[in-house]
This record gives sequence, structure tokens and C-alpha cells, in this order.
Amino acid sequence: MAQTEKFVLNMGPQHPSTHGVLQVQVELDGENIVGATPVMGYLHRGIEKLMESRTYVQCVPYTDRLDYVSAMNNNLGFCMAVEKLANIEVPRRAEYIRVICAELNRIASHHVFIGSLTNDLGSATGMIYAFRDREKILDLFNIICGARMTAHYIRIGGVAADAQEEFLRDTQKFIDYVPAMLDEYDRIFTGNEIFQARMQNTSIITKEDALKYSMSGPNIRASGIDYDIRKIDKYGAYGDFDFEIPLGKQGDNWDRYIVRLKEIQQSANIIQQALDNLPEGPYMAKVPKVLKPPKGDAYHRVENTRGELGFYIVSDGSTKPYRVHIRRPSIVNLQALDTMCRGMLLADAVTAFATIDPLMGEVDC
Amino acid sequence: MHSGILYSTAQALREILMSLVGVPLLVDIIMTVICATILLLIMATSALVFTLGERKICAFIQVRIGPNRVGPGGLLQSVADMIKLMDKEDIVPRGIDKWLWVLSPILLLVPSALIYAFFPFDDGVILADVNVGLFLLIAITSQTVLPFLMGGYASNSKYSLIGGMRTVAQMLGYEVPMVFALMGIVMLTGSLKMSAIVEAQSNVWFIVLQPLAFLIYIVTALVESNRPPFNLVEGESEIIAGPFTEYTGMRWALFFLAEFSNLMCIGILTTTLFLGGWHGPDFLPGFAWFWIKTFICVLFYQWVGWTFPRLRIDTMLSFGWKVLLPIALVNVLLTGVGIYIYNIM
Repeated sequence: MAQTEKFVLNMGPQHPSTHGVLQVQVELDGENIVGATPVMGYLHRGIEKLMESRTYVQCVPYTDRLDYVSAMNNNLGFCMAVEKLANIEVPRRAEYIRVICAELNRIASHHVFIGSLTNDLGSATGMIYAFRDREKILDLFNIICGARMTAHYIRIGGVAADAQEEFLRDTQKFIDYVPAMLDEYDRIFTGNEIFQARMQNTSIITKEDALKYSMSGPNIRASGIDYDIRKIDKYGAYGDFDFEIPLGKQGDNWDRYIVRLKEIQQSANIIQQALDNLPEGPYMAKVPKVLKPPKGDAYHRVENTRGELGFYIVSDGSTKPYRVHIRRPSIVNLQALDTMCRGMLLADAVTAFATIDPLMGEVDC
Repeated sequence: MHSGILYSTAQALREILMSLVGVPLLVDIIMTVICATILLLIMATSALVFTLGERKICAFIQVRIGPNRVGPGGLLQSVADMIKLMDKEDIVPRGIDKWLWVLSPILLLVPSALIYAFFPFDDGVILADVNVGLFLLIAITSQTVLPFLMGGYASNSKYSLIGGMRTVAQMLGYEVPMVFALMGIVMLTGSLKMSAIVEAQSNVWFIVLQPLAFLIYIVTALVESNRPPFNLVEGESEIIAGPFTEYTGMRWALFFLAEFSNLMCIGILTTTLFLGGWHGPDFLPGFAWFWIKTFICVLFYQWVGWTFPRLRIDTMLSFGWKVLLPIALVNVLLTGVGIYIYNIM
């Protein structure tokens, strides 16, 4: 008599669509997923521990390597935490340049999201289109600080160098290009029937589940929860800008995609406002050469591309942090993978994985 | 009775051989061997040409440049690829079913090579013009399921196994609508003979008389040849490369060769069945028209492939059984009614 049994498929750590070195143990009944367990740790470098033996200034480049497709946002989070600890007042112009860079990097990161998502859905063409546009932003970073991905541009007390005319002009050019870019994406992916059929009503995360897993970033907003640190904390210069928080309806793959598309638009909107009102002045605060924050601790959170990125730093009064803990959004968001995959098909697991948009550098830290 | 350069060349060759050898049976055998060699050469070169073509076209669609280093404008890229593949280490994984594993890529090549015998390239130029041509053709193409399943099972890899299972599901689901769609053509022609099908299109192409069947055929042909958006068998983002995950070097190249051969086959079949085969205005010979149409078809299939994302298995199967099959049946009914009305008038 014919008999079927469940089997476990190890997807990764070497698999074309795990975006790095994640391993997912998928329990399959034919093509139906019964359970999915993410196995992490393949990219663990011990960044938190490494930071304990470096001075505060030396720690900043490590944050580039956390979420390496939105390095600016990580720099920002760590620098603001140290500034909070050492009571450093950042000049207004630096705050604005930081916002411009962070939002540009958010767009670049969403390009990676769109690219990897379309690639995982089987359309390699989509990936090339998204990466073509991401290249424009990386070129901007190249102008402003000479690095493309791991920028290390935002420093404790301000930014590494002033924003040149050339950078501001090219950024304006890019912002003018954004509507045409989004229109092209709509024509290639968003309007595509197959694309919609594969994304809509799959891997739903309800509001309750999203809260239960304490998800953050575009993932929780896709489930319809208005939670954006930029709006809540108004850290840095974010209080000065007028922007909307795009929300999804039911938290399926489609919503997570649409929310990110709309976020690109909002980020462009923020950058436009920052460019228009960019104040004059110094780009760096007076920070002592040897930075010794007073004894104590500080926690600062920023809205990273993937969600709530928090840095908790304990200082013992020396030049090195006593302890650093990083609240990484990717690892928290990834916990929902099992809920998202249950009852779906194998192909949906890949889509779900792509729409959570975890980054292994950040998951493993 | 036939005209055309190819036909007269073949006739001249036959006469020369006849005067040299003298035994009709032997001449037939020699002629068949020559034809088979030419067809195999066409198949092998097509893989070379299409690899480059595909990479260039895909690069064009993806706003890239594509290969441009080897040879003038990258023309020799596929030759370099082939040399690289031959040079590769032949890795035989542990725990495999050796015989099935080795046979799978070879057997896959057999049906793709065999069907070239049934293609009418020009007026009277067809290796085996059997009176059940179309029937045999479908029968042979459906054999491609087996090597995939064999490779998938024998590789002792879960990805391969899933790929193998998908092959069976998708071939079953799309073979049926395809056969029913082609039924309309057979009804109009009144014959399964390939040359008769082309002959029947001397005035009107079947794309005009059978638009529904044409649309169904395009979809099912993409599925049969594992082209995107229906390349679930090798769906690289889910199951890496499906049945050929564990193959390397020349063994993998055989899969590759079969894939491109299949791509050309569906181009040729679309031309033959719906676009009038070698028929065309007189200023070009028949075989030229045949190849022009074939290349346009192949180009179209590649264009589709590089534009759309992949379907999911359940959507795809329900589309085959619930949408295409009923439409194909309706098409058969409409064709029957049409023929009846035509006969009355």
C-alpha cells in the first residue's frame, strides 16, 4: 500500500535564496510546509564582544558590518547612543546630512529587498532593474565619503566630511528620478498577474502575531500597526520633516512589498525637505580626541530599514565601552518565519523569507 | 512534384549515390545516415547559437551588455563555455543509484534528438514523413518526463526528488490540454502527417483558423520545455536546479543541450503547426522562411521567459486543468461546428 511520510529539507546555508548563510529546516509533506525552523549563527563574528576591546570611535566601523546594506542607519544608531552617553550636542547641519544619508540608504536597502524578492520569485530581470537603481545611490555615497557600502560616514558628534555641492546636486537628481523609477517598477512587477498571484494572501501575519513576535519596521507596518521610531521618538532631525507612515491591510507578502515601495516614496519626500532646508554651519561637534563618557548606560533606538535597531551601551568611564548590546530587528523578525510558512507551499517559504527581508550580518551579529 | 533547393540537392545526391552504389536499400541507408548527421549537427549548433543568443537577449532585456570578451563581440562565448564544461571534474555523488543517474542525461537527449526526424524543413524535406507524424511527435516529447524523474530519484537529493515529482505533475497537467488543442489542427487537416499539416496552410495559416489552440499551445509548449515562467522543475530559488542539482560538467551539459534543443523544438513546432511552416512569399526559399519564423518564435519564448516571474505549482496545475483543458475542449467543439457549417455551405 502506498504510504507517504513527512521529511525535513535543509534549505541552506548554501542555497540560492537564503540571502546569505541562513539555514532553514523545512518540514515538508510533499510540497506543503508543516514547519520551518531557522538555524542561525553561520555568520557570527562576535561584534558585541569585539566592541568591548575597542575605543568608542573604533567601534563605529563595526556597525557598518551589521546590516551591510544599510550601513548609514547603523552608524547613526550607534553614534546617537554614544552621543547620548557622552552628552554631545550635534550641529544642525550634521543632523540634516545624517537624515539625507540614512534615508538614501533606506531606499538603497529597499532596492535590495525588491531585487532579491523578484529574484526569489523567479524573475532575474527584476533583480537587475532594482540593483541598477541602487547603484545610483551607492555612487552618491562614493561622492560624499569615498565608500559605497560600508560607509562609516556618520561619526560620533557629526559626520566625517561636509556634504559637497556635487553630492547635493546629484542627490537632487536622484530624487527627481524616483517617481519615474517607481513607475517603472509598477509596470514591471507590481502590475504583473503572476507576481500578484504569488504574493497576495500568502504568509499572512496578523496584528496579534506581529505584536506577539515583537516585530518591527516595514514588517509590522504591513500588518497594519502604526509603529515607526522616526515618528515616535523624533530622534535627530526627524521632527522637522513632514512624512507619512505607509501601512498595510492584512500583513501578507503583498502588503510587505507595497509598504516598502511606498516607503521609498516617503524617504524621497524626506530627503527633498532636508535638501530644501539644509542649514549652514559646522558638520562636526567638538568631540574630545580621547572620548571618555561618564559612568552610566544609555539606550538609543533608531528606525533601521528592517525595523527597530537599538544600541545599549554601558560605560565604566574608560575609553572603551564596558558592554554593548545590539537589538537587531532582523533576528526578531525572523522568528515569525515558522508562523508565516505553515500551511504554505515550498515556493512560498522562499517568498516569505524574502519579504521578512532579514540580513544575515545583522541576524548573527 | 516537390520544388526547392534542398529537395533538388537531395535528389541529385541520391542519383550520384545510385550510380556509385547501385543498391536502392543501401542508398536509402546512406541517405538516412547523412540526414541524421545533419539534424544532429543542427541540434548541437543550435545549443551553441542559442546559449549566446539567450545570454545576449537576456542581457538586452535586463539593461546589461552581456558577454563581449571572447571573440568579436562575444561571439565565441558559448564555445568557451563548452570547453570549460568539458574541462570540469566529473563529480559522482555518494549514495546515488548509479545506472539511473548516468542514464538520465543521455536518455533525455534521445527524445529531443528523435523529434527532429518529423520536422518538415522545406517542401519535401522531412526525414520521416510517417502518416501518424503528429501523434508520434507528442508521444516522443512526453518521454522527457522519465529521464527527469530518473535523475531526480537517482540523485539521492531531496531537491532533485521534488524537482522530479514536479516534472510528472506538470507534464501530466499540460500534456492533455496540448493534445486537445492540437486536435483542432488535425480536424482541419484531416491527417496526422506533418507534411499534410504544412500543406493545408498554403493559403491560410492555422494561427488564423485556430487562435485559441495557438494560445493554448504557446502556454503548454513553455511548460513542456521547462521554460520560464513555467520552469518549476528547476525553480532555482526553491529547489536549486531540480533533477540536475547533482550533475556537473558534461553530464550537466547534456541537460543543457536538451533544454536548448527543446527550446528550438517548440519554436519549430509553433512554426510548423500554426505559422505555415516553410510557406512564404517566393523571393526567399522555403527553408529560409522556416528558419526565420522559427527564430522569431524562439525569440518570443525567450522574451516571455525573461519577463515574467515563476508560477507556483498549485496555481500552475489548476490553470492547466481548470482553465486550459476546458478551453481546449471548447476549441474542439467550435472547430467541429465550424467544419460542419463550412461543409453545408
